[in-house]
Amino acid sequence: MKLIKFTKKGIYCIPGKFYLDPWYPVDYAIISHGHADHSRAGNKHYLCHNDSKAIIKHRLGQDIFIESLRYNEPRNINGVQVSFFPAGHVIGSAQIRLEYKGFVVVFSGDYKTQPDFISTPFEPVKCHEFITESTFGLPIYKWKEEAALQTQLQNWVLQNQQNNRTSVFLGYSLGKAQRIMKLIEGVDDIFVHTAIHNLNYAISGSGIELPETTLLNYDFKKADLQNKIVIMPPGLLGSRLLKKIPNASTAICSGWMHIRGNRRWKGVDAGFAVSDHADWDGLLEAVKATEAEKVYVTHGSQAVFSKYLNEIGIEAHELKTEFGDDELASEVEIKTEKA
Amino acid sequence: MKDFSNLISAIEITNKTNAKIDALVNYFRTAPDKDKLWLIALFTGKRPSRPVKSNLMKTWVMEITQLPEWLFLESYASVGDLGETIALLLPNPEYKIEKPLHIWIDELINLKQKTDEEKKIYVLEAWNGLEAQERLIFNKLIGGSFRIGVSKKTLVNSLAKLSGIDANQLMHSIIGNWTPNSISFDDLLNGEHINYDNSKPYPFCLAYSLEKDLEDLGKTNEWQVEYKWDGIRGQIIKRKEEVFIWSRGEELVTEQFPELVEAVGQLEGNFVIDGEILAIKDSAVLLFNDLQKRLNRKNVTKKLMEEVPVGLYIYDILEWNEVDLRTFSMEERRVKLEELFKQNTSDILKLSEVINFKNWDELDALRNIARSFNSEGLMLKKKDSIYHVGRKKGDWWKWKVDPLTIDAVMIYAQKGSGRRSSKYTDYTFAVKNEDKLVTVAKAYLGLTDVEITEISRWVNKNAIEKFGPVRTVKPELVFEIAFEGIAYSKRHKSGVALRFPRMKRWRKDKTVKDIDTIESVKALIDAN
Ligand SMILES: [Zn+2]
Ligand SMILES: [Zn+2]
Repeated sequence: MKLIKFTKKGIYCIPGKFYLDPWYPVDYAIISHGHADHSRAGNKHYLCHNDSKAIIKHRLGQDIFIESLRYNEPRNINGVQVSFFPAGHVIGSAQIRLEYKGFVVVFSGDYKTQPDFISTPFEPVKCHEFITESTFGLPIYKWKEEAALQTQLQNWVLQNQQNNRTSVFLGYSLGKAQRIMKLIEGVDDIFVHTAIHNLNYAISGSGIELPETTLLNYDFKKADLQNKIVIMPPGLLGSRLLKKIPNASTAICSGWMHIRGNRRWKGVDAGFAVSDHADWDGLLEAVKATEAEKVYVTHGSQAVFSKYLNEIGIEAHELKTEFGDDELASEVEIKTEKA
Repeated sequence: MKDFSNLISAIEITNKTNAKIDALVNYFRTAPDKDKLWLIALFTGKRPSRPVKSNLMKTWVMEITQLPEWLFLESYASVGDLGETIALLLPNPEYKIEKPLHIWIDELINLKQKTDEEKKIYVLEAWNGLEAQERLIFNKLIGGSFRIGVSKKTLVNSLAKLSGIDANQLMHSIIGNWTPNSISFDDLLNGEHINYDNSKPYPFCLAYSLEKDLEDLGKTNEWQVEYKWDGIRGQIIKRKEEVFIWSRGEELVTEQFPELVEAVGQLEGNFVIDGEILAIKDSAVLLFNDLQKRLNRKNVTKKLMEEVPVGLYIYDILEWNEVDLRTFSMEERRVKLEELFKQNTSDILKLSEVINFKNWDELDALRNIARSFNSEGLMLKKKDSIYHVGRKKGDWWKWKVDPLTIDAVMIYAQKGSGRRSSKYTDYTFAVKNEDKLVTVAKAYLGLTDVEITEISRWVNKNAIEKFGPVRTVKPELVFEIAFEGIAYSKRHKSGVALRFPRMKRWRKDKTVKDIDTIESVKALIDAN
């Protein structure tokens, strides 16, 4: 029998009677991670990883009904054994493993295979069917190691300081912001926008240690910020707040910045290829490690990646989903985020 | 190449012109002379011819990476640049090669006459010894456009900062006739080569768009008004019986317009004139689209010259018999220009008409009919103004006709190359033709990044094809398309050609039912 079904509301587990990251409200939603396109409002019952709980409550409201599990802690739902495995995407991100009568399906959610020293590192999970993302499913994507990124970002900040400039990073509040904090930790004081500050507060509340930051008050003194580091959501590109920052040099951190044309973004100085999704080799390795007999490819380059998998002898199917692109969050998305 | 690669990184990591200039000055302070000369040559489009065909490079990369061709092409479509695609696809280098820029270039020049097998050995060895960014530069040295966000102006300003030499003189120097092997860096900067160079152009005087009321310009008789044309602004130089044609982009385009060289050569004396190169057939100015067929051709055939004949509308005179006239007033220059032109017998050279008008209101009416003969509007030039260097506010104004607009529906979307290669940025639009749709325009300008992001997401969901750079989409998204002109065209399936179409607004309030019909679009031609 079939364990999962792809419906209009999302990926549905037939015997378990629950959905995975549904995009329309359902009774029971199992959530891979806290990004807006994976954890949406309106579900009656949420289940997620322990570290995602505070994030999701912060985003969707304190009054939602939400339960959480550790990694590899099984929960039986209508006879289906559900467990979470680290996805390495952002703090609290999980692959969702479903086992029913010996048949195993794993939904990857969003993932990256390279450790970032802030989220729990990705662990491959053997399964019969694997549902994978494919945001960067083209062989042109090949990420630098964390140490190289660290040098790159820190040198940029130091260079800015030599030129009397304040370094402003633009990155999504959940995931990218904490990653940037970790990459530049110790170089100088880090100021963060309210949206990031509040999220950091929620994350720290669940016992995770983050690099030290200061809230960027709207009435900050210019002298306090000069030559320091600021992190804000990309939606604030071109905002009054950004213009108020003295001698700002701006940088976007996103996997899309791997391509030169994308780095030459309007109004931004630098672009760094810091991605929270797997690169081409990461995707291939992850798929192979599952030893799955069937792979479903979701959001991103699903056509390309599934065609390639089939060519190298791995049965793959494309799956159209409503998941978005959290690597280059547009202003539209950011504005819906709670400030 | 390390230094050159670092320079490119330093330039690309900022969008502030001063920071780019500082990076260039730093490079010029430390790099070997030959490298500096090649840098200037590369940034001003003086490059050796391509030694290795791009198809060969593609084949070798597929061999190394073991990727199927469709996946290579898919990658290329996503990156939008072949040299960069190759640099990104190759595995990490196994060793390190360090050679100065000019040695690489010399080797590439010598590579041209080698066999394909020898070329392959050389290129593969280079690829395996260079980091991704250096590899990209290496591929760009072989061929392809090398756009890195440094304008000639920025380059010249950095040389001026380095040397203290006047920027205009440096502009003359770097765009003159020289090659990196024929001159030293100091001689180039000091302009040793340009005193002997008859081709030396002057910087163009440019106009701003009119931003005040006509009444505020003062008396009407203080202004010389002409039609504005959309062709190639050119500076035509005749010195010592030689004719040179410079485009506004500071390119020498003499070879592309042999009929102009001949006609101008008939005029006696030495002179420099400023004008507009236009496609003109049966005394009527054609659209820029037509002129485009004449541009960047290696050979200008007789057939092409008959198909798209060109002419020159002359605006101004900058030099006559060794006298620099640029500090003379517009009025005085016009007198000189008319004097020079008296001897003209060619019918492809024309003086730009000076429009007679009594009051400002009259001018507004004249502007509105300009489109009917493919003029872009009017130029207003202060009669007592000198011929300025570059753009200067107040003396010259351009006053364009208001754009025409239609509502059209998007039917294809294509990924942009360069700046936003992960997004769908280039769109094709259609209007109704009875119960079908017919393509009327392609456009990529006019939308905000947020709108592009939203549309890209929509395209991803609604596209019919899955591979390749072009996506057919459901005809749902309606846009107001603005354009400068419209004419009947046999080349276009719709029978009309729009000039400079761009997206004025995304009409989320409209559906495909509300778009224009081909009849209502054609009606615009007759109305204008
Ligand atoms: Zn995500
Ligand atoms: Zn996602």
